[in-house]
Amino acid sequence: MPVALKTYDRLRDAVAALGSETGSRYLGGGTLLVRNLIEGSVQASSMIRSTERSMTEIRPAGGRITVGAGVTMAQIAAHPDLKFLAPVARTIGGPAIRNMATVGGNLFAPYPYGDFAVAMLALEATVSVQSGYSPRDTALDEFLLSADRGNRAVVAAITFRRPESDRAFRYVKMSRTHPKGASVVSIAAHLPASGGRLSSPRVAYGAMAPTAIRAKAVEAALNGKTLDEAGIAQALAVATEGCHPQTDPFASDWYRREVLPVYLKRLLLS
Amino acid sequence: MTLTPVQFRLNGEEKAEFVPSGTTLIAMLREKIGITSPKIGCYQGACGACTVLVDGEPQVACLTLAETCEGKSIETVEGLPKGTEFHALQRAFMENYAAQCGFCTSGMLMSAKALLDKNPNPTREDVIDAICGNICRCTGYEPIINAILAAAGNRGPGRSSSRSA
Repeated sequence: MPVALKTYDRLRDAVAALGSETGSRYLGGGTLLVRNLIEGSVQASSMIRSTERSMTEIRPAGGRITVGAGVTMAQIAAHPDLKFLAPVARTIGGPAIRNMATVGGNLFAPYPYGDFAVAMLALEATVSVQSGYSPRDTALDEFLLSADRGNRAVVAAITFRRPESDRAFRYVKMSRTHPKGASVVSIAAHLPASGGRLSSPRVAYGAMAPTAIRAKAVEAALNGKTLDEAGIAQALAVATEGCHPQTDPFASDWYRREVLPVYLKRLLLS
Repeated sequence: MTLTPVQFRLNGEEKAEFVPSGTTLIAMLREKIGITSPKIGCYQGACGACTVLVDGEPQVACLTLAETCEGKSIETVEGLPKGTEFHALQRAFMENYAAQCGFCTSGMLMSAKALLDKNPNPTREDVIDAICGNICRCTGYEPIINAILAAAGNRGPGRSSSRSA
């Protein structure tokens, strides 16, 4: 017997229904929830979704861009203002999955998935969470570690910094199956520069901890440095600080630690 | 059991069905309507054997809920031939030996159709990206890639390469 789907025009009504119906789950693109329901790893009394228009809008505003949680990876890859994110979106599933998988859903993807969240961490993203009747904003790195990921709240949108230039944003993903396999490791970096030296760089990893994480030791080591062999040496030395990779069918934790500095070096010197 | 009405266009024809809420698109197509070209492979969105086009875009029918297709256009392999005339992709798959067991073929054809509808002159890389979500365990992919390029009129290595693959 299928799990019933309930659709609400307004997100806040969907969130209210989610709060009042024990065992209900929020449905985004379906690539996580429907899959989990079919395989039996998740139980639900009903699925709840919202068709609120803002959930599928992309709104650039100056130096920040807001993307509704229901925007798909295919929409990200095709949007003229988001060319710097197209390489990220294209590594998430094949075309059929990209047409379904959403920005909001990617924040809930289990290890080692969730590469879009890695890019968002590097771009100083904040998450707009609808809980009750009012949205509130949370820094993405806090959200990924918070109880909100597992409770009745729903992500409405994510807002992130437009990179200083397309070249200032870099992303690499190592996977066994190209271009769309699960990550052995993924790295995103925003590398603003002033006078040839990095200024407040942000670096984030995927598949190096239970959720996407910032590489704060690397960020500190890169700040004020030049992007050359000497300038990145200290960053490579501390590349795995704070990492807790897991062993899974794609790679061992040891291999992930070994390969991370190699890809970080390539990314920084590319 | 509460049934939910779903109206949509299937291979160009208007359709209306009642399904239990939460029914997947592939269950509605195969079990209610008798459209059996989309295959149930992994039921996890990983193999692509169930790929259909929804409003011209490929989606995995195993993870798509039928209700979310309300008012939309759904295309499957059953809609590819015009009368007794095969679609160019179907002819190219036959001529290039792009099917062996055939289980992936429906999904491959629909992924390829989505590509060629948007990009009639794809590069080999475009073709590889278009079918990267479709798994084939028989052919090694080369005959499929060649068939899609042949259908587009961009002959790659062609039949001789396919035969030796």
